[in-house]
Amino acid sequence: MKKELVQKIAFTSITILSFTIVSVVLLILGFIVVKGIGAINIDFLTKAPENGMMDGGIFPAILGTLLLILGSAAIAFPVGILSGIYMNEYAANNWFKKFIGMMTNNLAGVPSIVFGLFGLAIFVNFLGFGVSILSGCLTLGILILPVIIRTTEESLKTIEDSYRQASLALGASKLQTTFSVVLPMAFPNIVTGLIISIGRVAGETAPIIFTCAAYYLPEIILSFQTPVMALPYHLYVMATSGVDLNASRKIAFGTALVLMTMVFILNLSAGAVKKYMSKK
Amino acid sequence: MNLAKLKDKFFESVIYSTGIISIVIVLFIVYFLFKEGIGIFDKQPLEEGYCAVVHHYNHVNKISPEQIKKIVEGDLTNWKDLGGSYDSIYLFTLSDIEYKFTAEELGENFEHLNEKIAQYVSLNTGILAILPEKYVEKSLTRIKLDKVSLAGFFNGQDWYPASAPSPQFGALPILLGSLIVSIGAMLIAIPIGILVAIFLAELASPAVKNVMKSATELLSGIPSVVYGFFGIVVVVPFIKDLFNLNIGETALAGSVILAIIALPAIISLAEDAISSVPKELKIASLALGASHWQTIVRVMVPAASSGIISASILGIGRAFGETMAVLMVTGNAALMPTTFLQPVRTITATIAAELGEASTGGLHYQSLFILGSILFVITFIFNLSAELVAAKK
Amino acid sequence: MAIIECKNVNLFYGKNQALKLINMDIDAKSITAFIGPSGCGKSTLLRTFNRMNDLIPGVKIDGAISIENKNIYDTDINVNDLRKRVGMVFQKPTPFQMSIYENIAYGLRVNGETNNGVIKDKVESALKQSALWDEVSSNLKKSATQLSGGQQQRLCIARTIAVEPEIILMDEPTSALDPISTAKIEELVKELVKKFTIVIVTHNMQQATRISHKTAFFYMGELIEFDITNNIFKNPKIERTANYVNGNFG
Repeated sequence: MKKELVQKIAFTSITILSFTIVSVVLLILGFIVVKGIGAINIDFLTKAPENGMMDGGIFPAILGTLLLILGSAAIAFPVGILSGIYMNEYAANNWFKKFIGMMTNNLAGVPSIVFGLFGLAIFVNFLGFGVSILSGCLTLGILILPVIIRTTEESLKTIEDSYRQASLALGASKLQTTFSVVLPMAFPNIVTGLIISIGRVAGETAPIIFTCAAYYLPEIILSFQTPVMALPYHLYVMATSGVDLNASRKIAFGTALVLMTMVFILNLSAGAVKKYMSKK
Repeated sequence: MNLAKLKDKFFESVIYSTGIISIVIVLFIVYFLFKEGIGIFDKQPLEEGYCAVVHHYNHVNKISPEQIKKIVEGDLTNWKDLGGSYDSIYLFTLSDIEYKFTAEELGENFEHLNEKIAQYVSLNTGILAILPEKYVEKSLTRIKLDKVSLAGFFNGQDWYPASAPSPQFGALPILLGSLIVSIGAMLIAIPIGILVAIFLAELASPAVKNVMKSATELLSGIPSVVYGFFGIVVVVPFIKDLFNLNIGETALAGSVILAIIALPAIISLAEDAISSVPKELKIASLALGASHWQTIVRVMVPAASSGIISASILGIGRAFGETMAVLMVTGNAALMPTTFLQPVRTITATIAAELGEASTGGLHYQSLFILGSILFVITFIFNLSAELVAAKK
Repeated sequence: MAIIECKNVNLFYGKNQALKLINMDIDAKSITAFIGPSGCGKSTLLRTFNRMNDLIPGVKIDGAISIENKNIYDTDINVNDLRKRVGMVFQKPTPFQMSIYENIAYGLRVNGETNNGVIKDKVESALKQSALWDEVSSNLKKSATQLSGGQQQRLCIARTIAVEPEIILMDEPTSALDPISTAKIEELVKELVKKFTIVIVTHNMQQATRISHKTAFFYMGELIEFDITNNIFKNPKIERTANYVNGNFG
């Protein structure tokens, strides 16, 4: 009977552990939602911070994050997708491609602070863009570039060669085949990857601290050359360097909730988009 | 050539060139990171544009940054200890100028400053003056400082990158800080991750599995700054009370938060690995009379080991490179870590906290890029070995 | 003397009935072959003898299967102990990612054997009985996955007999192997029947005639005919059986 007893004990403890872990983590979310929901109202979402950031809203930070998303997407999406196409459809299968594949793979795992360093060195200082939206978008764009290249490549890889051959056999050029046959089939997976990478842009803090983030900039200036406030950096500031940390907690919780909601919506819609598009 | 063909050619060259561009970017990042930092090993560890000067009778011609630190702290007082003749060391820095000379002596636009300094140095046999180059006459005797060395960078225990007159770049406490926080995180996350993965792969009903998998997926998207914030408001005070500490910002707090951050990835990768163990192995083991648990522990987990190890290595790599959460909860004291209950400072937190104050191109700036390069190399090794382990099936 | 007795066995996968009212007795220390087209229920029945079907969700079984006069579907039956008594060899060789030695020791260890001397003796004896000893004795630490397919299958047989079962179930044990390895396994099976009761499912009718004492023919979940092997192949009583063994089967 001994091994049956051991199994019973082991399975019971693993089950309890698993449920505990998942509930603890869900509690973290619940905690932030419960604490943050009180801070959120129309003013919080549409007004600038006031009174030394102890009052008012977080509108400039929301707008800043949206701008960073748009900017980095505009930079990284075309380059990333075209590079992914190049890697899977065009690049000769030699050591060089393997090397580059390995580099992009590893670059996807490089800590985001390293991208911050790189952005500071090249965009802010070397190219002289200064601490600005432009530098921030470029840095974040490069941060998500490997992810986009990889997703595109992986999605294209799953398309069977018979489709390419069928298209080529009809007299279509390689380019026509790629864009009219292969790419549309891989599109649902690519779009999912794109949305997830946007979610990452929304949440990244380390790469923007030195390249574009503003501590406090209530006016909305739509220019590429100014710094911006951004949600994750604002949360960091509110959590660590306020004048009166206890008084600013409420704003911090509100900011955390808005940021989390934004990322969740993006991630959930990635799943939904994939489902919808592959059904069509 | 007709128009359609021309169009094809054009688009294909666009594809080729973007492909090349992104390749160049990849290489550029690596190059720039090292290029920005490497200069530190070619410099004397003095503030930018400074030099060290001694009396022309002094025949000590070399001094190390550690020795300067000792002189400043009063632990080293005589030239004899540096291989010179018996004479007490007299440290003279920029801030001493206004005490030694009157405004009249220096002239309205400090036009007599260089001359006065030269005079003053020649009057004091024991002097060690650390001053900006532009105030020092060519004729004065300079003393060489040992350059910042690679060994000193990795072995040194003092990280005072902004201290005057001679900054210290001993990164050991920082490297160990990163290590202790990541190891702590993995001690928590790897066993829990594997057990939860076993639960999901072998025990959970399809409905429970579905819910839990979506929950972990959702969690992996939460920005680390949110976890860091949660750490500040919940974990840090909890640890402070639990262990009765003066401050709750400790290596342990960092490990706990990092473990939470790394868990979803470890769970999902380990679950994939266990689920992809061939069913035949499981059935064969059960047919021998082994219990389900014996089968899991002795057959399935070993068969999934390469995937599980790879997941763990990726987890360590991610923990090592995580910035915001660690910056917010570990207290950031650059001390040699001895326990999990003391504040520590990691590589990532050091870069994030100090880069704002470091002047571009200066020693401090370069030292942070060296830290960044180290971080890059370490995570690169982690990622590569995870890939190799996973491939070796 | 019958060691396995099936009485009115019905088995359902959900709504789909895979075994229909099976009644048969299997003799101890004999080789019984199950033949029939794919999906006829022969493997399913084999797996009911050590309750491997328990692993498939939605399986329902009624009737009684007794081994040594004890219904193995009674609630007081310990499934792990049952499987120790009724060993099984599968179609694909399933060496675990361990050394040759540890693969065989595994079955002993999970069944509670801790004495290393005993384990060592039993491993050696199992390897000898399965005609693998001469090929691997110098190399027991080698990973089992490096053996050839035929060697792997004999290793799996050795692993099964090491725990000293009374019955060995074989589910198409040679279908993944080359003719030479197949011949070796058949030799081995004929040798093993001196100590064990063997039930073998096979697609290969020559194999059934070569090695088995009795043969059971299944079709669409029913046991059509069960008799001495010679009778089934030379002198079947039922036309369906005759059609199948003569190869002109729909």
